[in-house]
Amino acid sequence: MSEPMTGGPKTDIVECDILVIGGGTGGPMAAIKAKERNPGLKVVLMEKANVKRSGAVSMGMDGLNNAVIPGYATPEQYVKEITVANDGIVHQKAVMAYAQGSYPMIQYLDSIGVKFEKDGSGEYNVRKVHHMGTYVLPMPEGHHVKKALYRQLRRLQVMITNRYMATRLLTGPDGQAAGVIGVNTRTSDFLVVRAKSVVLACGAAGRLGLPASGYLFGTYENPANCGDGYAMAYHAGAGLANLECYQINPLIKDYNGPACAYVTGPFGGYTANNKGERFIECDYWSGQMMKEFFSELQSGNGPVFLNMTHLAEETISEIETILHSNERPSRGRFHEGRGTNYRQRMVEMHISEIGFCSGHSASGVWVDENARTTVAGLYAAGDMASVPHNYMLGAFVNGGIAGQDAAEYCASTDLPAYDAGQLAAEQERVLAPTRRADGLTPYEMEFKARRLVNDYLQPPKVTAKYRIAQERFAEVRDDLAMLCVRDPHELMRALELQSILDCADMAAAASLYRTESRWGLYHWRVDHPATDNENWFCHTLLYKDADGRMAHTKRAVDTYVVPIPEEEMSAYHQLRTPTPLAAE
Amino acid sequence: MPHANHATSVPVTIDDEKCIAEKGCRVCIDVCPLDVLAINPATGKAHMKYDECWYCMPCEVDCPTHAVKVEIPYLLR
Ligand SMILES: Cc1cc2nc3c(=O)[nH]c(=O)nc-3n(C[C@H](O)[C@H](O)[C@H](O)COP(=O)(O)OP(=O)(O)OC[C@H]3O[C@@H](n4cnc5c(N)ncnc54)[C@H](O)[C@@H]3O)c2cc1C
Ligand code: SF4
Ligand code: SF4
Repeated sequence: MSEPMTGGPKTDIVECDILVIGGGTGGPMAAIKAKERNPGLKVVLMEKANVKRSGAVSMGMDGLNNAVIPGYATPEQYVKEITVANDGIVHQKAVMAYAQGSYPMIQYLDSIGVKFEKDGSGEYNVRKVHHMGTYVLPMPEGHHVKKALYRQLRRLQVMITNRYMATRLLTGPDGQAAGVIGVNTRTSDFLVVRAKSVVLACGAAGRLGLPASGYLFGTYENPANCGDGYAMAYHAGAGLANLECYQINPLIKDYNGPACAYVTGPFGGYTANNKGERFIECDYWSGQMMKEFFSELQSGNGPVFLNMTHLAEETISEIETILHSNERPSRGRFHEGRGTNYRQRMVEMHISEIGFCSGHSASGVWVDENARTTVAGLYAAGDMASVPHNYMLGAFVNGGIAGQDAAEYCASTDLPAYDAGQLAAEQERVLAPTRRADGLTPYEMEFKARRLVNDYLQPPKVTAKYRIAQERFAEVRDDLAMLCVRDPHELMRALELQSILDCADMAAAASLYRTESRWGLYHWRVDHPATDNENWFCHTLLYKDADGRMAHTKRAVDTYVVPIPEEEMSAYHQLRTPTPLAAE
Repeated sequence: MPHANHATSVPVTIDDEKCIAEKGCRVCIDVCPLDVLAINPATGKAHMKYDECWYCMPCEVDCPTHAVKVEIPYLLR
């Protein structure tokens, strides 16, 4: 039995203009663009891991999923497509801001050394995966992304604090953002960063559901992205949009690497049932596509496979080179262990655990076209912000927008005061598990919370199950009084568990609030099976009310900047092939 | 509630012969996004201290002496 850690917490206080939290993809770009806008600003980048290798793109990326490149797609076309894919519930101005920033960002990335696939004449080699437009740009050397970002951060003298986990935002006298409380993941020392504005870029909430393997860290998302950003935004009073629109992905069974649509699709790979038949026309990840995928899995036609057996040898070698070297290089090892060779055998697929991520859905901390949240001075970008289907390029573009707007905001703002009582209370919350000599470990509590998420929250969503989930989560929350850790590393896991619980509660509450079905599998309410445009053609915002309780409100969908004819709205609803197509 | 001593196999192994941690190298420990590698006080070499791996591989790719080997965690294999 270990001794509880004792003594008052060591606390350093730093002041700056802009604080960026999360040094993965969108965060570094926010810091870079803020510095480029005004080199005189002091910009701090706080990262839980190490900026060199953190976040979803830790090892690099296979390609841009949503590049809007002149000659291949127009911003208007893209906005239309994303609107349709999200059943109309989008803030189009923000999608348009992304679409217009897309090509300039590709050129910027190119200029700092990120390589994209080009044809013989030096033009970008864009490929088609989406239902309507052409947006996929491969990055054969995608493993250089993080290096290029890091060089730029150093060049612009952004102050980087690695291995500090942000736990709660500080708010000023008028409720505005005033900084953050961070705790070192190796020493448990505190770092308080006071700032005029704060950009949140903490990635998805990827540790919400439990992968079928039972391995806590075998998630689709980088497990460092456990929902801290959502929890911090919530506790600071920000509104979170459409959290009932879960992220669920089609992945390789047990491995949790993506596969089909973006990488193999353009080469001719496709999703098939156990008879080798195609059952969906378009592999682009949407809620409707996931519903077809789920139905096929549940039917006698499951499991579902990724089929590449019909492809030529050169094509398969090229796919292998991309898939086994960039973003998930351990995938080759996984296939080897199972004796799977793309040439001979279809690859078994499955659906992922649930999570929050705007990368592939329409949920997240509410932001407008300037990446502003509902809290003054607080911005959000990347997978945790509400701009739908953002992916990597969206994280870059919206991170950049956030950084630039924050730079402007700072110019007319003084450093807000913060409440010392808020800091003291947070230090007490953080350290509580260190003061107990024995009790429950973060691991068993996390396992239980996430197992409950699978049991009760996974769609199809049943009201009775959701009510039970809420009771069980409340019991787990009561057990926090027995949570105990032995070292700073376990303390990080204990804090992450608390973010996971917050997200589980938010997922349940948001899903119960929207009494209709929408977004295919993502929000399939069995007790309210129809889409109800009369009452629910709106965003939902979840927020913490004055009494500290979870509350909800509706937010009207702003007038479209790109109008969509009624008959085009259902394009993503007709994904199932009319009759099963024979294998090619 | 006292604790049990629960053992588990780790997916990441380090070849002590090749590891040059005694010369001050900390590359794999620095780059791991989940902070699960550390110096083993018994050997002075790097090792996997916590079984919480995303099998993402920066540790293996960035090690200057190719001492790190990432396997798929047993539960997924
Ligand atoms: C396996 C995989 C494959 C993908 N493939 C593609 C692809 O091919 N093409 C594409 O366009 N997109 C792809 N995506 C999506 C894309 O990578 C993401 O949308 C994008 O990188 C998200 O950027 P982000 O900045 O929001 O999050 P991240 O880059 O994940 O950064 C979040 C950062 O926040 C840090 N953090 C979290 N909590 C805290 C805290 N409390 N305090 C401090 N720091 C914290 C994390 O350590 C992390 O570094 C893929 C994603 C995954 C997971
Ligand atoms: S990077 Fe390689 S040499 Fe360096 S400490 Fe790790 S295992 Fe040892
Ligand atoms: S594979 Fe990734 S998570 Fe696992 S030890 Fe290496 S760097 Fe860390």
